[in-house]
Amino acid sequence: MIGNIDIALVDWSRAQFALTAIYHWFFVPLTLGLSFVIAFMETIYVRTGKEEWRRITKFWMRLFGINFAIGVATGIILEFEFGTNWSNYSWFVGDIFGAPLAIEGILAFFLESTFIAVMFFGWNKVGKKFHLASTWLVAFGANLSALWILVANAWMQNPVGMEFNPVTARSEMLDFWAVIMSPVAVNKFLHTITSSYVVAALFMLCVSSWYLLKKRELMLAKKSIIIASVFGLLSALFVAVTGDGSAYMVAQKQPAKLAAIEGLYQGKTGAGLIIFGVPKSDAHKNKKDNFHFKLEVPKMLSLLSFRQADAYVPGIKDLTDGNVEKNIMSAGEKIEKGKLAIASLSAFKNFKKSKQLTKADSALRVFKENSSYMGYGYLNDPDSIIPNVPITFYTFHIMVGLGLLFILLFMVVLYLSVRNKLDNKKLLLRIIMWFFPLGFIASQSGWIVTEVGRQPWAIQDLLPTAVATTHISASSVMTTFILFAVLFTVLLIAEIKIMITQIKAGPEGGEHV
Amino acid sequence: MFKRATTLFTKVFNFYYDGFRAMTVGKKLWAVILIKLFIIFIVLKLFFFPDFLKTRFENDEQRSDYVLEQLTTPNTK
Repeated sequence: MIGNIDIALVDWSRAQFALTAIYHWFFVPLTLGLSFVIAFMETIYVRTGKEEWRRITKFWMRLFGINFAIGVATGIILEFEFGTNWSNYSWFVGDIFGAPLAIEGILAFFLESTFIAVMFFGWNKVGKKFHLASTWLVAFGANLSALWILVANAWMQNPVGMEFNPVTARSEMLDFWAVIMSPVAVNKFLHTITSSYVVAALFMLCVSSWYLLKKRELMLAKKSIIIASVFGLLSALFVAVTGDGSAYMVAQKQPAKLAAIEGLYQGKTGAGLIIFGVPKSDAHKNKKDNFHFKLEVPKMLSLLSFRQADAYVPGIKDLTDGNVEKNIMSAGEKIEKGKLAIASLSAFKNFKKSKQLTKADSALRVFKENSSYMGYGYLNDPDSIIPNVPITFYTFHIMVGLGLLFILLFMVVLYLSVRNKLDNKKLLLRIIMWFFPLGFIASQSGWIVTEVGRQPWAIQDLLPTAVATTHISASSVMTTFILFAVLFTVLLIAEIKIMITQIKAGPEGGEHV
Repeated sequence: MFKRATTLFTKVFNFYYDGFRAMTVGKKLWAVILIKLFIIFIVLKLFFFPDFLKTRFENDEQRSDYVLEQLTTPNTK
């Protein structure tokens, strides 16, 4: 079935969505992270009454404002794409996404747009405490906005609390709390927002290091570095904890993604965790674990995935070919069940149309028995359940490697800052500045692992990406892809230019936002 | 009551008015925001991103039928 779908269209639609999401994600982490740092700095100002903290707060608030202004509404484009390029998918999930996205819209509008005005315009017009409360509300509002969109994303990875209605072809929500409190959603939210805090902390270190190198704004830079390194260290440690939680959920709900993350072709009892390795190109073809070299921690993958050092971790071969001994159904068998689900859905539709209600009921019963495999029915080849292994493997290891490096960086910077020994370490300050782009690389890699790793699914096990697309011409998607690439690049350049100008101007020389 | 509401409205209006007047870098940012919103909502949305199901079908029943057809015979190009 899937072989007959226009692959160029699917690829362009995916590329466009990826491009939009990646660019959008250049703005979001700074908004989420800086908003809390600013609120914390202002709290110090209100509690101590020291003018220097007001000055520091206003400086970072200005940079936050630039990022917020340029990034605002870039996420809306993703919703446009749902309606135009992913209409089957949008209809299929409509009722599930409706509630979280509506709440997101209302919260974002009322909390952010109302209190952000007080935050920027209200310094000398409202009381200190009211201003501080507004700043905190902006931080909570921004992070709550992220909650709803991340809940929607988590639902695609683990569709719970819903039932597919074969009459309307839509998923209907049965349990709102099951959707928002699913362990996948909770982990995803906490992991994503705290990783954003790490990026924001790296941004602050980058700017402050530049001031130290230029021997300017020393007080602002030193205080900011201490706050950023504490905030960054706590966040990075929390990212590691929630990352473990995310990996545990992936092991339970998306075993093919876990196998791809680790390049695990052959299932193992007491599987080791690859710290770093380079898989050989023939590994995929032969479905055998084959690395040029690898650094592995014995039994760690089993322990992290199933909380037991001797647990069996299914490999790609188990998932495609099945493993009777370990009670793992083959992809081929799932495909058969899926085809039965689709055929019975089709029969149900036709019998209902011709008012043969008994036959329609019978077809519906068969559909319900097999509906959890529905998505597999669109696939022809058992191997198509496997995501792109090299991309998933490398981006995951880049993300984890950089995450560990960030923890080390924050510890070193905090130690040197507290001992007042950072100012003269020019080489280290230059290195610190490069960690900001590395933060983005880690953050974007995380999303690539999440999204590439869940292929071929738009909705896990239910709807493949290829079936989710709208049948429009690939060239029209290509045209808008180019338009977006231009628009977002211009916006990014504008942000970088305005940001650099303001940083160079410093807290005093800068203009009022 | 009416007077109090008017005073509150005036205060809120002045708050925003003075805030926008005092902006400098903010004016540049507002220009970026407005141009961006124009491109997103007017150019992109109107000319390049019509809602496929909303524009092609009149009601939800027709949309359901279409998607059901797509799900049961997804080989239709």
